[in-house]
Amino acid sequence: MNAVSVEHITKTYLQKEQKKEKKVTALDDVSFTVDKGELFGIIGPDGAGKTSLFRILTTVLLADSGKASVEGLDVVKDYRKIRDRVGYMPGKFSLYQDLTVEENLNFFATIFNTTVKKNYELIKDIYVQLEPFKKRRAGALSGGMKQKLALCCALIHKPSILFLDEPTTGVDPVSRRDFWDMIKKLKEQDIAILVSTAYMDEANMCEKIALIQKGNILTVSSPEKITSEFDQPLLAVRSDDMYQLLYDLRANKAVKEAYPFGAYYHVIPEDANKTKELEAYLQQKGQKDLEVKPIKANIEDSFIALMKKND
Amino acid sequence: MKRLLSFVIKEFHHIFRDRRTMLILLGMPIVQIILFGFAVTNEVNNASIAIWDQSKDEATTQIIQRISSSKYFDIEQSLHSKEGIEGAFKKGKVKMVIVFPQRFRESLLHEHNAEVQLIADASDLNTASTLTNYASSIIMRYQADILDADIPYQVKTNIKMLYNPNLESAYNFVPGVMGLILMLISAMMTSVSIVREKEMGTMEVLLVSPVKAYMVIISKVIPYLVLSLVNIISIILLSVYALGVPVTGNLVLLIGESILFIITSLSLGITISTVTKSQQAAMLISMMGLMLPTILLSGFIFPIENMPVVLQVISNIVPAKWYIDIVRMVMIKGLGFGAVMKDTIILTGITMLFIIISLLRFKTRLE
Ligand SMILES: Nc1ncnc2c1ncn2[C@@H]1O[C@H](COP(=O)(O)OP(=O)(O)OP(=O)(O)O)[C@@H](O)[C@H]1O
Ligand SMILES: [Mg+2]
Repeated sequence: MNAVSVEHITKTYLQKEQKKEKKVTALDDVSFTVDKGELFGIIGPDGAGKTSLFRILTTVLLADSGKASVEGLDVVKDYRKIRDRVGYMPGKFSLYQDLTVEENLNFFATIFNTTVKKNYELIKDIYVQLEPFKKRRAGALSGGMKQKLALCCALIHKPSILFLDEPTTGVDPVSRRDFWDMIKKLKEQDIAILVSTAYMDEANMCEKIALIQKGNILTVSSPEKITSEFDQPLLAVRSDDMYQLLYDLRANKAVKEAYPFGAYYHVIPEDANKTKELEAYLQQKGQKDLEVKPIKANIEDSFIALMKKND
Repeated sequence: MKRLLSFVIKEFHHIFRDRRTMLILLGMPIVQIILFGFAVTNEVNNASIAIWDQSKDEATTQIIQRISSSKYFDIEQSLHSKEGIEGAFKKGKVKMVIVFPQRFRESLLHEHNAEVQLIADASDLNTASTLTNYASSIIMRYQADILDADIPYQVKTNIKMLYNPNLESAYNFVPGVMGLILMLISAMMTSVSIVREKEMGTMEVLLVSPVKAYMVIISKVIPYLVLSLVNIISIILLSVYALGVPVTGNLVLLIGESILFIITSLSLGITISTVTKSQQAAMLISMMGLMLPTILLSGFIFPIENMPVVLQVISNIVPAKWYIDIVRMVMIKGLGFGAVMKDTIILTGITMLFIIISLLRFKTRLE
């Protein structure tokens, strides 16, 4: 039995725009499965449909068509049973801002018929970081701390499957890494984890990822496999005038693709063997301190390529 | 049980930690006092009164003596006929006339029953009620002093308000304020607090948990039920001690009926929360949909009898109308349950209806 199975799920919303009703497709015939105990990432830009998918799986939203089940339980028919056993951390911070850290945790423990003490082992690593602030109101915590508290609250009843909707959005880079360390530790407890994110670099943290864009799943695979399937030459380019450089790159017909990546531009040339010509062209355009080097594609390059293809 | 308790505690935390909620809760009694202050004329001293003593016996003389020696009253004139009463008021100086019937003392001794009539100018209702209260209490004290353990003497005071037989103002005011405040606290605050959970996203988390809808509702309702009761008791205390509007009828009945109306308001609040998505909308609907009808159509300010027929019909679906009617009958007129049974049944019906609507509409999913 899969932890999660999604078959042909479609979800549309009616949006009012200047008094006209407009149909927006949030999920378009989406199918995939998540294995037991798997750390599964749903990666996609804003508005891709991640939250809609999580809401359907956590039974708070009904799909237009298609079937989905969590631990073999149907999300429509058996929604009560699913609610008893999953842990859900919504994308928006959804704890009581006017209650303290401790009060929030105790409250969520009681509504799940358990106590903080009983499952303390599970949240210990996260909670020790929160402990110094336990008398502080949740609303007064930093973004990273808020997310840690929300994770504690979602874990407090020892769920067999955990849904984390964009847990690292709006969190500083250090806390983000912290957060992922925690998620990985949880995996050792045999909890299946579905986590969504708009940060493509976080894909490497997952065992398996589904890339989603505009309601379509582009690929479901492991990060390694996705990277290895990147089948085009790739260059990293840099100079002292980055603004002009991008302009020059895009003006060149031998350049298929150029996009910013850290301190470099990643460039996909038409022909891998014409690197020298490209370099000469840029020098002739007056670029100084030029650096052009062939590199291996990483996961983000793969995503960008896949998304371009889908567009 | 433990779950419900921790839910309720959480609600109390929300209430006590939200400045706006506390402001309304704490401000309410203050507003009440200010409102009552308008209705209450401060202590009345040396008010001119007239007396028509048709017995002129030992008892009436003693009572008149006590009245004239109190600082509240100045006996301006003695009257000798019924016509004199009207004239005394018309001249505008006399605020109250005390009428002793013939054979006052004999009635008191032999029939154990004598009646004093207090006629007051009720166009200034507050002064009128204050004066009749003072006079009544002087007479009651007299009665207590002469009371022989075995013989149940009874002096009845028959209060007659001239020029304002409907007794608008203070007597009308207390039931109206009770209806209004219960509606405000129970309906508006519950609806806002439920909608806040939707707005903040916490409802989504509660939905994905073993908690059932009715648990969320009950835990929202209990704190406001308690707070509304506290408010009702404070209004009754204020009304008795500050305004001199006594609870003439059965206090338990009055509080019981108030609890019924609190539940009505709570069910209205929950219903509102099921049709709104933002706190602002919930507040607006509570204001427009509940407060305004309560103020305008319940008979609180405008007598229902004087309204156009259409509004009279509409007023029947305003729950506060029935409650205010009940309070008037129980608290002011001192009537028993029999008199308010019809109103009680109607109010119960409205309550059931809204509880059912809100339970049906309370969603187990978003949207
Ligand atoms: N309640 C709603 N009513 C109307 N449209 C909606 C609603 N919720 C989502 N949408 C639309 O559906 C699409 C998918 O939204 P969804 O929130 O599922 O995406 P997401 O990947 O979670 O995005 P984000 O990164 O912004 O959270 C978007 O175009 C969004 O505008
Ligand atoms: Mg989202």
